Amino acid sequence: MIPGVDGFIYPNEVELQWGLLIVLYPYITGLVAGAFILASLERVFKVEAVRPTYRLALLTALAFLLVAPLPLQLHLGHPERSLEMYLTPHRSSAMAMFGFVYLWYLMVVLLVEIWLEYRADIVQLAQTTTGWRRLVYKLLTLGSENVSPEARQIDDRVSYIVTVIGIPSAFLLHGYVGFIFGSIKANPWWSTPLMPIVFLFSAMVSGIAAVLVLYMAFMKVKKTPIDMSCLDTVAKYLFYTFVIDFSLEMLDLLHRTYEADESFRSLDFMVHTRLWGSQVILQICVGTLLPLAMLAANQVWRFSELRRKAMYLIASLLTMVGIFAMRWNVVIGGQLFSKSFLGYTTYKVGFAAREGLLSAIGLMALPFIIVVVLVKLLPPWAEGKASEV
Amino acid sequence: MDLSRRDLFKIGGKLLMLASAGATLDEIIGAAPPPEAYRMADHWWGMLIDIDKCIGCGSCVRACSEENHVPSGYFRTWVERYQVEEGKQPQVDSPNGAMDGFPPSQRMDLKSFFVPKLCNQCASSPCVQVCPVGATFVSPDGVVLVDETYCLGCRYCIQACPYGCRYLHPEKHTVDKCTLCYHRITKGLTTACCENCPTGARQLVDFKDPKDPVHEFLRNNKVEVLKPYMATQAKVYYKDLDGAVR
Amino acid sequence: MAARKCGQKYRFRLGFALSSLFRNAGHLIRPALVLLAGLAIFLLIRAVLVPKDFGEYGHYRAGALEMISARPISYAGHSQCVLCHDQEAKAHGGGKHANVSCETCHGPLAKHAADPTANVPKLPDVANLCRRCHEKDAAKPKRFPQVATVAHSQGVLCNSCHQPHNPQL
Repeated sequence: MIPGVDGFIYPNEVELQWGLLIVLYPYITGLVAGAFILASLERVFKVEAVRPTYRLALLTALAFLLVAPLPLQLHLGHPERSLEMYLTPHRSSAMAMFGFVYLWYLMVVLLVEIWLEYRADIVQLAQTTTGWRRLVYKLLTLGSENVSPEARQIDDRVSYIVTVIGIPSAFLLHGYVGFIFGSIKANPWWSTPLMPIVFLFSAMVSGIAAVLVLYMAFMKVKKTPIDMSCLDTVAKYLFYTFVIDFSLEMLDLLHRTYEADESFRSLDFMVHTRLWGSQVILQICVGTLLPLAMLAANQVWRFSELRRKAMYLIASLLTMVGIFAMRWNVVIGGQLFSKSFLGYTTYKVGFAAREGLLSAIGLMALPFIIVVVLVKLLPPWAEGKASEV
Repeated sequence: MDLSRRDLFKIGGKLLMLASAGATLDEIIGAAPPPEAYRMADHWWGMLIDIDKCIGCGSCVRACSEENHVPSGYFRTWVERYQVEEGKQPQVDSPNGAMDGFPPSQRMDLKSFFVPKLCNQCASSPCVQVCPVGATFVSPDGVVLVDETYCLGCRYCIQACPYGCRYLHPEKHTVDKCTLCYHRITKGLTTACCENCPTGARQLVDFKDPKDPVHEFLRNNKVEVLKPYMATQAKVYYKDLDGAVR
Repeated sequence: MAARKCGQKYRFRLGFALSSLFRNAGHLIRPALVLLAGLAIFLLIRAVLVPKDFGEYGHYRAGALEMISARPISYAGHSQCVLCHDQEAKAHGGGKHANVSCETCHGPLAKHAADPTANVPKLPDVANLCRRCHEKDAAKPKRFPQVATVAHSQGVLCNSCHQPHNPQL
């Protein structure tokens, strides 16, 4: 009798292969995609109200994108060989192609867009600061100090084009992660064409929620009044996106229950036992229905500013927890049941192990630290103002 | 001493005669001719398993483990025991992969049998499809192998295998699996599991060899692969596989 | 004359617009150059690091085939044993265990076959060995010889009555 195993599982299925860090990875790339989509709302779809969050959204996306490869590196058996994915990518592997999507998104979309947006500020800062900061800014100018109105107009134009390219790139970035799971025919919990779309929309939800929380946090730290029309608009888009995300997940559930194929019995039992807490309680009730109710209430009734801020904050935090739970349920859930459909195993998270809780907490905290550094380096807002420099 | 051209010719001629005499002598005595070089293009490997012959002794599991230094707790091959009751889910067990055989069945009245399992050496392998770097591949002679100097240990292939035949080697941190004893079959030997199966339930087959008994066998018997709906073009065929087998 | 002057003015305007565009968009060359430099470095690294035999037979390192083929062998195989042990082979070949390979009971013996005196194999553990195959079990094929060993021998070792190489009884 193997501890933690119920029923029959193939002998090599006792250990889970993809653990907490692989749960963290789609969560982080999801935040990237979501933050970028929020930024694109202003740039491409001309939703002026969310302008105050534009720069913050870009910096948030960058911070999370830089951290995204780290959980993967910690997970690999041989991280020193990870360059092989770029040197000899196997074209039939979604994972290999993802390496290039990531690189494309980082270099051509995000960095270029941030550079174009901040160029005027960088040039100004290069001229006004001293010491090592001056060196950093001088480097960031890439040698050009042309900030004439014509140059800036061209910057705006190019930035628009980059964002237009960036939207499908962001979709690809996170849709790919969904495809990495969704294309595995061996695993019925993962194998569905809906997977990339569900991943994408849940990414957008978590990303928008993250920027909302960060915006409120930064305004609080700077003791600046929050632009409520901005906050209301962000919350509105969060609500709409969440409705679509929830509908997609319910569609998946409905479809599975209706078709009740070979795997259904085993998966259903798993959801009712091993995944009850993380899926039904945490993901659906606490992480989806509750925030949806709060956000929906704000679409129907008008609450006071203080009440709205509290509801938005709580709803966003719960959303972020709920989307994390969704990633957990997909990744871990997909490995708890045996491919024989006759048994289950258990996942025990280590604490100080390479892929343990401590590493996960560190990796989750790191992007927030990076965001703080980036905000200091490239200030999104002028002093005492909620909108930009 | 100066050698004249004539001397050289004399010495050279003598050496040549000696060499050819030696070679002829060798042939007469009957020294072993050098082994024929193994040509990958001449082979397309698979396996045949006869369920009705398997006695669940676990000799194959032990042999594989010894031959391939398989780490304890992981399995390149294993045997499952099925006990099927009408109208219910089958009871299946595989104590330590059947390394030490099986404890006696509790019930005598059920349909029960053993099913040896291993890597199905799929021709259209989903595990090879997902490898991001080309560390696992189907060899030209039909064996799915892992290059342990190239594998990153990302474990995508383990997720993609429908049969659960792969594992991460706990010391090498690369993925490991049944190699169909590639190091043996390329030298004219059979796999360790087939060599040690006392009843002949497991047989190595070479589909490209016209003299291989597999062709006659497939013509005359009902065979099936595991999970045929996965369309992996598995090359391990089971005779008398019951529908209850997962 | 007026037309020529008009044309000149337009050409002048176009020229001015183009040079203005170039002057004001010039900074865009810089990130493009950074990206191109990155690409060049990547291609250089690739040319150096990718193994030379990669891709010869497919998307993998061809050298892996030889590497895997060269692994050491532990089981010599039945045909090797009979070269020396012809007495046992004769008895074995005529009996019920004729299709059971020597190493199934005696363990991996390639080392012994390579250097018989240096690597002397241990005799098998009879108590556990025989019952693994011959213990009565509902899952075993009905025609296969099997007994409930406890009732059958009451703890007496199997080879007290049965000759393992050629079990007559």
